[in-house]
Amino acid sequence: MNLTAKQQAILDGAKGETMAKVMKTLVMYGQIFGAEKMVPVTSQYNHLVTSFGLKALGPVYDLMNQLIDAGAVSGQKFSVDPRPLDPKVPANFLQNLVFKKFMYSKQDFYEGQLRQLGLKDEEAFSCACYLDEQGNRPKKGEILSWAESSAVVYANSVLGARCNRNSGIMDLMGSIAGFVPYFGLLTDEGRKATWIIRVETTKKPEAQLLGSAIGMKVMEDVPYVMGMTKWLGTELDEAACAYLKDFGAATASNGAVGLYHIDVLTPEAKEQGTDLIVPDAKVYVIDDAELQRVKDNYPLVWKNPNAKPKLCFVGCPHLSLQQLQDWTERLEQSLKAAGRQKVCIPTVFTTAPGVKKAFESSPYGGRLAATGVILSCICPLMYMNNPLCGPMPVITCSNKLRTYTTARYYTEEEILMKITKGGNPQ
Amino acid sequence: MREFHGRVIAPGCATAPALVSHGGLNTLASFQKALQFGDKQATCGDQNNPDLYGKQMAGKALCLPQTIGSTTGGLVLYCACSMHRQPACLLFSNPIDSLAAAGSVLAAVWLDNVQMPVVDCLGDEFLAYVRDGMTITIGENGLVRVE
Repeated sequence: MNLTAKQQAILDGAKGETMAKVMKTLVMYGQIFGAEKMVPVTSQYNHLVTSFGLKALGPVYDLMNQLIDAGAVSGQKFSVDPRPLDPKVPANFLQNLVFKKFMYSKQDFYEGQLRQLGLKDEEAFSCACYLDEQGNRPKKGEILSWAESSAVVYANSVLGARCNRNSGIMDLMGSIAGFVPYFGLLTDEGRKATWIIRVETTKKPEAQLLGSAIGMKVMEDVPYVMGMTKWLGTELDEAACAYLKDFGAATASNGAVGLYHIDVLTPEAKEQGTDLIVPDAKVYVIDDAELQRVKDNYPLVWKNPNAKPKLCFVGCPHLSLQQLQDWTERLEQSLKAAGRQKVCIPTVFTTAPGVKKAFESSPYGGRLAATGVILSCICPLMYMNNPLCGPMPVITCSNKLRTYTTARYYTEEEILMKITKGGNPQ
Repeated sequence: MREFHGRVIAPGCATAPALVSHGGLNTLASFQKALQFGDKQATCGDQNNPDLYGKQMAGKALCLPQTIGSTTGGLVLYCACSMHRQPACLLFSNPIDSLAAAGSVLAAVWLDNVQMPVVDCLGDEFLAYVRDGMTITIGENGLVRVE
């Protein structure tokens, strides 16, 4: 790799042993992918994936301490994924004991480390940091050192920023050095599509189901998706962005997609069209039957498949303001039709702190609260990531949550019926 | 017995029984329970991976196309190495992905006395040939013997 004199000096120890190791980490990482140079990180803020003070992550805290002690802190302020705990989210005595005394006993300590390393502010905990209310929204063409699979794929695909699927810790290394190795999704060549996805469904496909199907098929390749115009239009309005947020999260968690293009909608597809597709691209056709096949193949790991759900999570990744408003209206209508005032399954909607504040200060806040739904900024994945939640029948419309936990996946319409009427859609 | 040549990502020699995943390894989903709850054998917890679910990964020659899923993946591998619950080696049929690469590099640079040889680009034929329990030996220069 060709390093500048400044980069070489850091590697040689001019800024101390720890900074030399940071640079060595980035150089070795880049060399694996044939990177010939480092490029400056140009975004205003970074985003880190590791927000949880899991007792089991001792090696990470040790590494963070090495960085802090050496003054090797982030050159940028950063946002970070959601916190794992919220007292408002239902948990029994035993769960609370396990969460606070065992699993997340290092939460306060780790948040202290994050502050020392460059945490943006106390409200900066969300996987959807790019939402307007959260204020970490990179511009087209900017180079990022982010992690968090759903945020990386959104930044690349919807915002047109450039970021590889960096791992936790590696995200911080790039920000400390101020450089990242130039390879993969940072390059024009790496952003070409190697798959054509033809969507031929008879109705608007569920975002998280379509994303799941594509992620499982293309793994880490770049898909160019055609056939979505009649469902999403040609402008990135709030509805389209919310759809793509959920779609992308499923492509990234069910596969390893870091960038997708939507024909005549996402920035690079609008500019370059089908020129983005490599000549020998593979083709995957998705129709109603294919989506059903994918959904039917999800494993059900509940001990009792007919158990009555004890908890429902909506909002992984975090819900946008418009999604919260839409859900509130749908809940009200469905509850009214069912002759109920409140949801019949304990339900938690999760969103970013900035969105929560905006939502609760609007009339919608009270209306959602009246339905009995709890609004939280928790990470549902981290909440469920314990042995006590394993046997608990939890339902969700998040394919990401389904992937990492025992939560059972249903479409949004199915979830609506279950939490308002206790049954399935007619 | 067959031999396959790949690219060395992390050097080292190892002999271990094979454990094969034909789909992508979701690192977080696979290792999270093992790291949290003291399972030294690193039993795979990924319900979506029928090849690995419920099988012990520590000390095995893990053969796979690539890793997928959460970007905590590299950090999870790093922690597995630090806790000595890592596979004996990682053998990728595809070019390595950015998350597995990060885990390998972080372990190499920031941990002492940890060995997890990594070889990639072994080809589809490698993954088609190797079966659970076969003996894998990694030699010099990315030579992988399967018997």
